[in-house]
This record gives sequence, C-alpha cells and structure tokens, in this order.
Amino acid sequence: MKKVVVPLGPYHPLFEEPEYFELYCDGELVVDVEWKAGYNHRGIEKISESKHWDQVTFLIERICGICSTSHPIAYCNAVEDLLKMDIPERAKYIRSIIGELERIHSHLLWAGLAGHFLGYNTVFMWAWKYREPILDIMEMITGNRNHYAMMKIGGVRRDIENEDIPIMKKILDELKPKLEMLTNAVLDDPVLAARLKGVGVLTKQNIKDYGALGPIARASGVDIDVRRDSPHAAYDLVEWDVVLCQEGDVFSKAVVRLGECFESIKIIEQCLDRLTKIKGEISFEVREIPPGEGIGHYEAPRGECFHYVRSDGTSRPFRHKIRAPSYANIPTFKASCVGQTISDVTIILAGVDPCYCCTERAITVYDASTKKKLFNGKDLILLSQEKTKKIKKQLGFKDV
Amino acid sequence: MALDLKTKALKKSLSVFHLSTGSCNNCDIEILDCLTPRFDIERFGMTLAGSIKHADVLLVTGIVTVKNLSRIKVLYQQMPKPGFVVAIGGCACTGGIFRDGYQMAGPLDRVIPVDVYIPGCPPKPEAMIAGIVKLLEKIK
Repeated sequence: MKKVVVPLGPYHPLFEEPEYFELYCDGELVVDVEWKAGYNHRGIEKISESKHWDQVTFLIERICGICSTSHPIAYCNAVEDLLKMDIPERAKYIRSIIGELERIHSHLLWAGLAGHFLGYNTVFMWAWKYREPILDIMEMITGNRNHYAMMKIGGVRRDIENEDIPIMKKILDELKPKLEMLTNAVLDDPVLAARLKGVGVLTKQNIKDYGALGPIARASGVDIDVRRDSPHAAYDLVEWDVVLCQEGDVFSKAVVRLGECFESIKIIEQCLDRLTKIKGEISFEVREIPPGEGIGHYEAPRGECFHYVRSDGTSRPFRHKIRAPSYANIPTFKASCVGQTISDVTIILAGVDPCYCCTERAITVYDASTKKKLFNGKDLILLSQEKTKKIKKQLGFKDV
Repeated sequence: MALDLKTKALKKSLSVFHLSTGSCNNCDIEILDCLTPRFDIERFGMTLAGSIKHADVLLVTGIVTVKNLSRIKVLYQQMPKPGFVVAIGGCACTGGIFRDGYQMAGPLDRVIPVDVYIPGCPPKPEAMIAGIVKLLEKIK
C-alpha cells in the first residue's frame, strides 16, 4: 500500500503557533499521524528556578496567553500546599471570578476558530465580538486585557472594587442572550451537525488510555473536573454543574464548551453577590518559604493544569515542574484522526483546542545501551571551545 | 520623493503574514482580534496572507527560539521586496522575560532587520493598529 505524506506546518496559515503534523494518507483516508514539537520551547521551568518565588507568577503567566490565569492559580495552590496555609475568603472568590472569566473568553475563542476552520466565518466574527466585553471586564478589574497578574502567593494582588460589581453584572447580563443565540445557532445548524456529528470520535477507553483531560474527556462521558474533585478557591462554596456529554465527537466537544460558558457565568454571578457581603483582607503575607514540596492543580479551560514545586529554603524554587493539559490531549489525535478523511482532520485537530505554547518540551537524547547522554550541536561547540581554553591554559596564555 | 508604482500600490493594501516564533499566544490572538468586528483592520486595506510569498509585511511575535532561528531567515528571504518586518510584543522587541532562557537565540532585530517595534505584553489591538499606521507613514 502506497502512503502519501501530507505535511502541515510548521508555519501554516491555519495554525496560530508553529507546530508540525505529518498525515499519512491512503487516498482520502488518514492512516497515521505524526506530531513534531519543540518550535515554541522556551525553557520556562529552568528560567523559573532563577526567579524569586513572587516573580515566578509573572513568568508562568506567560506560558500561555489564553490560560494565563490557570497556571498562576495552580502554582499558588502548589506553594500554599507547601506552606500548608489557607487564603482569605475574599481572595478565594476573586480567584474564581478571574478563572471563570478566562474560561468564557477561551471557549468563545475556540468556538470562533472552529467556525473559521469549517468555513463559517460568521461564527468566527460573532464569537470574537461577544468575547470583547469579557476582555473589557478584565481590563477594568485587572488593568490588562490578557496577562492579568492577579495571583499572588497567599491571596490576590488586586481587589475588585464594589463599584465595579454592578457594571460587571450588567455586561454579563447583556452577554447571556447573545451567548444563547450563538449556542442555538451553532447547535441547530444542519450543516454544522453534518460536519461535526460522528467526526473524530473518542471513546471512554481512548480517553483513559491517552490520559486526556478537560472538555475532551467530559465530551466522551468521563466525569472529571478538578474544580469539583479537588476543591480550591471558591468552587466548593458556590453551586454549579459539570457539563457532560456521551458521544465523544467534535459536536459534543462544542456542546460541552458552550455549556461551560453558561456555568461560568453562573459561578461569577454567585461570587459577585458574595463579594459584596464579605469584607477583609485579600492576601496573607508570606515571608519565607520553608524547605518542602507541594502540588497544585487547577482546571484550565483545556483541562487539568498541574504544578509541582520544591523548596530548599532559599528565595527561589529548587524545582518547578509544570504539566499542561494539551500535552496529554494532543496524543489523542492518534485515535481520533485515523480513519477520517483529510478534510475532517483540521476540525478534529482544532476540536482538542490544542495549545502548543504550554506543551513544548526539549528533548535530550540518551544512548539506550550505555545510558550516556548524546551531544547536540550546541554541546559540541561548547566542548570545542572548552578544549581551546584548555590548550590556551597549557600553553600559558591568559584567558581572554 | 516620487513614489514608484510598487510603493504606491503598497500603501493602499498591505498583505500581512503572521509568524509566531516562540510566543505565548497572546500577541497572536490579539492580532486575530484586529481582524474581528470591533477593531476591523481591513478598513486600512490590510488582509492576512496565507503564505509569506504573497505578503508585504511580516508580523513576528515571540522570542526567536533556537529551533526557529534558521527558519526565520529562510522566511525573510522568501518575502517579496519591498517588504517590511514588524516586531510585535515585548518578547520580539527585547526578549522580555525569556531573555535569560537557554532557548533564546536573541530578539528579532539580531536575526532579521526590523522596521517597526510595537512593545507591550501583549500590545492592545489599538496599539498594533497605531503601529501599522505608522508603518504606512514610513512607506510614504
């Protein structure tokens, strides 16, 4: 059987970020998928070890621009787990509000891009237009449209003023009918249903095999949500539901995401109501981080985001390990793309809402038999430079 | 200065190509935001091009990572001239918070010549539009 390789990327107009896929095709059908990464790797875990505990929150915000408050919440949870401390009640509500606002804007962004990939540019324009008021709220309460810098070890950095709450509520009230219209228009459309239903199906077993997370798992009927399963912030203090679907195709992923937008609005409204009644501090002071280790999770819009920190008692993390949800979700392409036609693959790839900037890893190659680290080009140059230095030393030259 | 035909046509309709070389996605979504109803960059005659070979302006976001270094140079060579390069965001302008990282191969202007810098993390769509309008003035 002759296979045709269709390369996608690394700089493809379809993708926002550099990423590279190889589709192995037999005629119209996709037989296998390969994924090559690393274009966007920036070495954040290593940079994190050179920053002060408080500076790390600003660094990990820049892991990903779309989940830019999920990572700080998970990191703060990890450090607070290390410290065995609790945060003020007001800070809990503020954390949940920011996290949920982010979820709405992320899911709307996804809905727009998915519409664009299907050739429904109207959906793209609508969804992104309705996303703007959320960014306005963000700008009003945090000072920036993205990268909010609200999280801090021991609480939050800025308070939400009581004067802002009625304006926020008004914007959310105005958003609701628009969101309903968008949801109904998308889910009732016969063409979209024909394109999305039964496409890229992931079974419950697939999800468990690949360890997929977030809306993808929930679209296949796997009932996981860190917000409910391991409560933090204000998620156990307000009422909300986990949106579940059973089919596992791209259509149910859309249903889950759009449904979660309404749940998020519900959470935000309850949090805002409570916030007016609670007075007090927004953060506890943290002076020193003792030696120890801690873990933290947060349900980012794409799935569970996991942070591990270890302290050796100094002002910097000794080790900071980050596991972003897309890293677990992207391998599911092996299960969902195979057997589909090339024209459906783009929407299956987009259905996962992959985010490559949080996922990229650097790879060091080890020899399997000797367990020896093989050198890459940069190492060889370094090695060569060191040899020159050695020879210079032997010959009695002063090191320049 | 008399404008030749190429430049005259250029300032009325720029085709932009967007390249992310190691960004956090935020500048990228703000660029896409420029195309949506609120900001609507098409009123300046700008459209996103699908390939660098059809583009007049290269928008670059993010630091230049080691793996992307050679690819950016190739892309710049493939761009039809006269072409312009815009560095969007703090990372592309200076390296930002990643300047000490081991994957950093330098801010953009050490790799290819840059015409306009738009700083910010991320710059607001208004700032991007202002930057590109300045580029139009520069072309004139």
